[in-house]
Amino acid sequence: MRIYVEGVGICGPGLPDWQAARPMLAGRQTYVQAPAVPAPSSLLPPNERRRASLIVKFALAVGTEAFAASGRDAAGFATVFTSSGGDGDTIHAIMSTLTSESRELSPTRFHNSVHNAAAGYWSILSGAKAASSSICAHDDSFAAGLLEAAAQLSAGEPAVALLAYDVQYPSPLAELRPIAAAFAAALILSFEPSDSAIASLDLELLAAPGAATEMALPGLEMLRLGVPAARCLPLLAAIDGGNIADVTLAYLEDMAIVLRVCPMAGKFS
Amino acid sequence: MSKFTENALAISDFSIVTSLGTGQAENLAALREGQSGLSLCSFDDVPFAAYAGAVAGVDVAEITGALAGFDCRNNRLAAMALGSDGFLDSIAAARSRYGAARIGVFLGTSTSGLLQTEIAYRDMDKVSGRLENFDYARTHNTYSLARYLRTALGLRGPAFVVSTACASTAKTFANAARMIAAGFCDAAIVGGADSLCATTLFGFHALGVMAPEPCRPFDVARNGISIGEGAGFALLERQQAKHGSDTVLLLGVGETADAYHMSAPHPEGEGARQAMALALQQAGLEPRDIDYINLHGTATPAGDAAEDQAVASLFGADVPCSSTKGATGHTLGASGVIEAIFGIFAIRHGFLPGSPNTEKLDPEFRSRYLLQAAPAQVNYVMSNSFGFGGVNCSLVLGRS
Repeated sequence: MRIYVEGVGICGPGLPDWQAARPMLAGRQTYVQAPAVPAPSSLLPPNERRRASLIVKFALAVGTEAFAASGRDAAGFATVFTSSGGDGDTIHAIMSTLTSESRELSPTRFHNSVHNAAAGYWSILSGAKAASSSICAHDDSFAAGLLEAAAQLSAGEPAVALLAYDVQYPSPLAELRPIAAAFAAALILSFEPSDSAIASLDLELLAAPGAATEMALPGLEMLRLGVPAARCLPLLAAIDGGNIADVTLAYLEDMAIVLRVCPMAGKFS
Repeated sequence: MSKFTENALAISDFSIVTSLGTGQAENLAALREGQSGLSLCSFDDVPFAAYAGAVAGVDVAEITGALAGFDCRNNRLAAMALGSDGFLDSIAAARSRYGAARIGVFLGTSTSGLLQTEIAYRDMDKVSGRLENFDYARTHNTYSLARYLRTALGLRGPAFVVSTACASTAKTFANAARMIAAGFCDAAIVGGADSLCATTLFGFHALGVMAPEPCRPFDVARNGISIGEGAGFALLERQQAKHGSDTVLLLGVGETADAYHMSAPHPEGEGARQAMALALQQAGLEPRDIDYINLHGTATPAGDAAEDQAVASLFGADVPCSSTKGATGHTLGASGVIEAIFGIFAIRHGFLPGSPNTEKLDPEFRSRYLLQAAPAQVNYVMSNSFGFGGVNCSLVLGRS
């Protein structure tokens, strides 16, 4: 199946946005770890910024960046949100409250605990009323999200936004489920090539395990391995790579997604 | 009416467990007779009055042996459903027909194994501050349910879990239909489970939407939900000659977002109306073709009012509808597949389910709401599921 990439958003440690990340993903510039600070999304009113949870800020930042690059209006398109675990801070706060004397939960915290919280805020703030999936496949959540986005396109959606994100759990969940850093990325994908297309992806689902494509720079490879959402890094690097490249994403323990990535000429500075 | 026949997927087999019973026969009998599985909630010593649709036997249905790491209330409900009605034989037959790698597993849940996390926090080692005997990946993690089925059933096809609150399992029908159409698999198991836990009981109480007595959908005196639990699974594959007239087809799915509020419905049910309209469009049907609508109808004052407006504006006052939440409680993420299965019962066995506990219909409402079960020829059913985040999903099922 052939699909097209129209826009990319990224926010991770040392990778503040797509323009800054590109030379590092290409290996042209040294990658330096630095705390990730999601850019304030134009969708999020200033008075809401303080209250929004970290996971919502990350999702909004990368989604807004990717839509801006694609030139499409976020209000009109279907979305796929994928995360290996959702909002760890909120889950920890609820678990702690339930073991406390009063056990009284905050209603806002409760509705923020759903796996589709980021999707809900995205829809409310952007006005998007189209279909939205929020999915999870543990460590392979990015691959699963990409598959779902491709299936949406194949079923007739002209364009789909794929947003992948993970934040760290606080202790004591962190000891059992270590996530190396908060990280998010977004891709605007389309079924037909448009003027804003920057790469084509030929996607194939293989019924056999495949060795995942790795990042050349050790720091970025550590990030890829340390955060499930960052398993997208080799794909993002190939989109901006200048040459046709094959990228393999591991999917579950016995499958793989193979992508032939063809960057489109004349699109790169 | 031509478009759907070439795209239709057959629901080859299905399985179910709710507070009404384990397996198809117990659920069908209870639904026809208007029974309710709700009882005074004794779960986790909740300090407020509430009713719950708890599944009998789940406390002792431990998952043991090689799969013991998956043991949690959510996966136990899944195991109870899978073990009913020869569903495992249908999966085995599909596996021989298509191959293990060509069967997808797309399941929904909102709670996953969260009760296990609650227990681990309660039993936390006070000195080390560690969570003991807690298998995060195989119980708490949202993917746990699909991983459990894939492992237990020896399947190797594409899989993920959809978690869109109370619309989770309804949406898995759409995910599977797209995956099969895209050629990523030939058949799929859809549905899922949701299980009682303190988070949802205390959470809905905090939102002020828990009824102190059994929930009464569409009643003038309705005052909130009763939480239930359960699991349901369906095997979807392309319609074939082997599927007789008894086989029910998935004809359409409509998915929308409200873009309105995280936990309150759009007052006129605009997103819900659009989801129903899209499902009809995909099925190639008109509103008058629908013989029964299984409503989301959770019995909150605002939710039922919004859904009534949405239904009345699309269907007028002629199409019979009811919510079965008074029978099962609101099984949250599992409600989509459970109520789709109730829709299959309605088609196959020729009856319209009633609404246990509802006594006096809200006089403001315009839709044709059924208090009692009634016999009827049913060819096409719509089933509605809506959730936090403003997610809406409507299914259209029909006779082949």
